[in-house]
Amino acid sequence: MEVLKLIGVLIVVVGFILKFDTIAVVVVAGLVTGMVAGLSPMDILTTLGNSFLVNRTATLFVLTLPVIGICERYGLKDKAVDFIRSLKNATTGKVISVYLIIRAAAAAFSLRIGGHPQFVRPLVNPMAQGAAVANYGKVDEKTEDEIKGLSAAAENYGNFFAQNCFMGASGTLLIASTLTDQGYKVDALDVALKSWPIAVIAVIVGIIANAFYDAKLKKRFGNKKQEAK
Amino acid sequence: MESMYNIAELSKLGFSKTVAEIFYIVIGLIFIGTGVKALKDKTLKVRGYTAFFWFILAFTFIAGPYLPKFITGICVILIAALTALNKVTQSRSDTPTAEATRASADRLGYKVFIPAVTLAVAAVIIATFWKKLGANNAIGMSAIVALIVAYAITKCHVKYAVVDGERLMDNVGPVGILPQLLAALGALFTAAGVGTVIANGVKAVIPDGSHFIATAVYCISMALFTIIMGNGFAAFSVITIGIGIPFLIMQGANPVVVGALGLTAGYCGTLMTPMAANFNIMPAALLETKNKYSIIKAQMPVALVMLVIHIFLMYFLAF
Repeated sequence: MEVLKLIGVLIVVVGFILKFDTIAVVVVAGLVTGMVAGLSPMDILTTLGNSFLVNRTATLFVLTLPVIGICERYGLKDKAVDFIRSLKNATTGKVISVYLIIRAAAAAFSLRIGGHPQFVRPLVNPMAQGAAVANYGKVDEKTEDEIKGLSAAAENYGNFFAQNCFMGASGTLLIASTLTDQGYKVDALDVALKSWPIAVIAVIVGIIANAFYDAKLKKRFGNKKQEAK
Repeated sequence: MESMYNIAELSKLGFSKTVAEIFYIVIGLIFIGTGVKALKDKTLKVRGYTAFFWFILAFTFIAGPYLPKFITGICVILIAALTALNKVTQSRSDTPTAEATRASADRLGYKVFIPAVTLAVAAVIIATFWKKLGANNAIGMSAIVALIVAYAITKCHVKYAVVDGERLMDNVGPVGILPQLLAALGALFTAAGVGTVIANGVKAVIPDGSHFIATAVYCISMALFTIIMGNGFAAFSVITIGIGIPFLIMQGANPVVVGALGLTAGYCGTLMTPMAANFNIMPAALLETKNKYSIIKAQMPVALVMLVIHIFLMYFLAF
């Protein structure tokens, strides 16, 4: 009954899909896996306790919170907004691409400037929509929706693919901690350095996608500006 | 009853481990502070439970290594019980007003970014040049350096390191220990032989010795599992132990490359799934899109291109 051992994986998958409390799902999956594998309750508690202690490295990011909190208190987000506002005469794709670069750089330095509520809705999306209107006059609802999607997407690309460039990021620490626990000598610096190429590539791919969208808009509305004049 | 470290032999722990334990004590103190903040918030119904959660967590970080390991095991179960019963919530924080942050931003200008940049740069420099310290400790050391820089630039009261540290810890909440728990789950899976079972199943798909197909299977599995679960971290523990280690790392792939690109390959999946609601669905509502899948639609082509790039990049960098 080897397959039975996969019950822990099943518990994680089902638990996450059903949106049960994530911490409880993970702990239950661990306990059940231990039972199925025939470990005694004491062995399970000892293994769980030991691996929790060994993997405290994955929670080292907490040490960086005081500094980041102070930077926020002293206007970090306000200055990021100032910078994005200073872009003028840009196209829709360019506005979104500049935000992508800023968001990726922020993620690589562990700055929490991001978030759809704080940047995309109040700033990036209105500026990207504004650029389309400035260049082509009124745009239709479908285009509006597409621009909203692209603005929100830039936030996700920058955030996801660049965050591991920071040594103290929780993803970086998870990778280092998991592999170390499995017997490979891997530290947070190694992981952070090896995360740079994909971060740069993601930004480039995002910029190309935005440039394609600019071209698409031009094709769709190219003549309207002349009509408006 | 076996413990991680023996108190009587603490002096033999060595420099790097001693520093690490000191940093874990600091993290424990931040947890305690977050718990005390909850206790002080009389409007919070579950303040007792919330504080209890943070105190247990602090206890494991500070005292865990010197006590029998099963005690930490019991603590982990208690923590899970508290979050499962929804007893842990955010308490009131000293949050700066928009006017206050604006005024500070105008006064300090772009200098406000310096402490944060210091945090990242100092960590790399310290880890590179102070090998004896260890890379993980470099994160803590860089936090100290950056904190000094932050004080110098903002001239804020010393207490704000504590106030803002606790505020952000509370923002992050219990989910902050998820990476640690998932790494621990990975260890339990390995002890139980879960990886071997997955590996035996996957073996059928991967022809002997084909590094490229193994890389593709690993990256695509990371993305698929993340699409199903909506969480790249959880997929990482399972898929890396089941596929990444036996079919890539044990075949000579560089573990750092496999790990680093493995997790971001999972993120390609995050971009394509409504399961990752806080990235893809809630923001769509926030932006009042007509179609609630507008963001996923926009991300789909980039996510697929990125996944293909991951496969090739991992193959060329790891082997």
